[in-house]
Amino acid sequence: MDLQSFVTIQKEWDIVAARQLGRDIARKIGFGTVDQARIATAISELARNIYLYTDTGKICFEVIDNIDHKGMSIISVDSGPGIKDISQVMEDGYSTSGGLGAGLPGVKRLVDEFDIRSEDDKGTEIRAIKWVR
Amino acid sequence: MDQKFKKIALENSDSIVNMWINEIDSLKNGNYISNVSDELFESTNREFVNVIFKSIKDQGSTKHLEDFSEKLINLGWPLSYITDGLQVFRRVTVDFILSQSEQVDSNYIAQVLKSVDAWTEPIIRQLVNEYSGSWEHIVSLQRVALQELSAPLIPVMDNITVMPLIGTIDTERAKLIMENLLEGVMKHNSEVVLMDITGVPVVDTMVAHHIIQAAEAVRLIGSTCILVGIRPEIAQTIVNLGIDLGKFPTKSSLKKGFTTALEITNRKVVDMNTENQKIEDMIESIGKE
Repeated sequence: MDLQSFVTIQKEWDIVAARQLGRDIARKIGFGTVDQARIATAISELARNIYLYTDTGKICFEVIDNIDHKGMSIISVDSGPGIKDISQVMEDGYSTSGGLGAGLPGVKRLVDEFDIRSEDDKGTEIRAIKWVR
Repeated sequence: MDQKFKKIALENSDSIVNMWINEIDSLKNGNYISNVSDELFESTNREFVNVIFKSIKDQGSTKHLEDFSEKLINLGWPLSYITDGLQVFRRVTVDFILSQSEQVDSNYIAQVLKSVDAWTEPIIRQLVNEYSGSWEHIVSLQRVALQELSAPLIPVMDNITVMPLIGTIDTERAKLIMENLLEGVMKHNSEVVLMDITGVPVVDTMVAHHIIQAAEAVRLIGSTCILVGIRPEIAQTIVNLGIDLGKFPTKSSLKKGFTTALEITNRKVVDMNTENQKIEDMIESIGKE
């Protein structure tokens, strides 16, 4: 595993930068167009959460190259207020910002592995992995 | 003290200019403006150094500085040319004044540095301001141009309007889309609006949310909104995200959407040739009887 690159999210347009970089990496690894769209959408959701709910955070990309399979992990790290009730935000339709509330549960369905860790007032770290099929 | 330094610098301007030009010439090789012709580079250097000396001589006048920076901006010279040039000028001038003085102590050096800085700083400030001002102007113009492109509405037929969307949708653009859509529906009195998202690279929950809101608003004023241009990969991500777009019709292409729109408005596309043929056949069959 090597740390590839990251994008700092502060402005709304950083979301676009993050998903463009992510899509580029995904294309290089050899994901198909559908999976590229899934990855770009997942990055968009994670980055938008950073933009909406915290001051600053970053989206990191890692290329995973094991003997048996290749993949890409997207890590969203922020030092925001944290998520109080994780099971609640993972429910469809829950939103504090008037959105659709499909963001995080949607990301979970878009990727193959999904891990979320959050501490009150310390921040949230979300790790999502998508494997090349 | 300052006056004395100024006198030294101005009296020996020729030798300072020569030293400066030598230094700048060595800077040219290898970096930014290596594709500029030698004559242009030399004449610009001369002009630059004249501008510097002129502004040292009569402090306060900024007219020639403005002219010079305007020229450089129009020619597209990098800002680093100016900052490097002034940096070199400062170094050369300090060196020169120190070499012209008999007794040199730290206090003296400090004073030389202070006055040379005081000469060059206003020039740097002025030129950098001119440069960034021109950049800001360009950016604001482009923003306006982009905004004009961001939510166009095309009335293609009586009661049918198309809004083609290309590129990323952010919050500001989403607002504009909604406004233009509703305004256009009222203005053109359209029964059906086709929103084409073929050119939208990513549809995430935020974009979907705005689309749903816009379609709902269109429904409220009595028209139908059809979402067209949904590519297969976008369809899959929308399903994965669990977004419900079931409240309004969706089609894969603008063509199919347009056919549906015609159906809603009780019209259809008729091929004139076959129609003519039919009429001719009819006339012929009447003639036979």
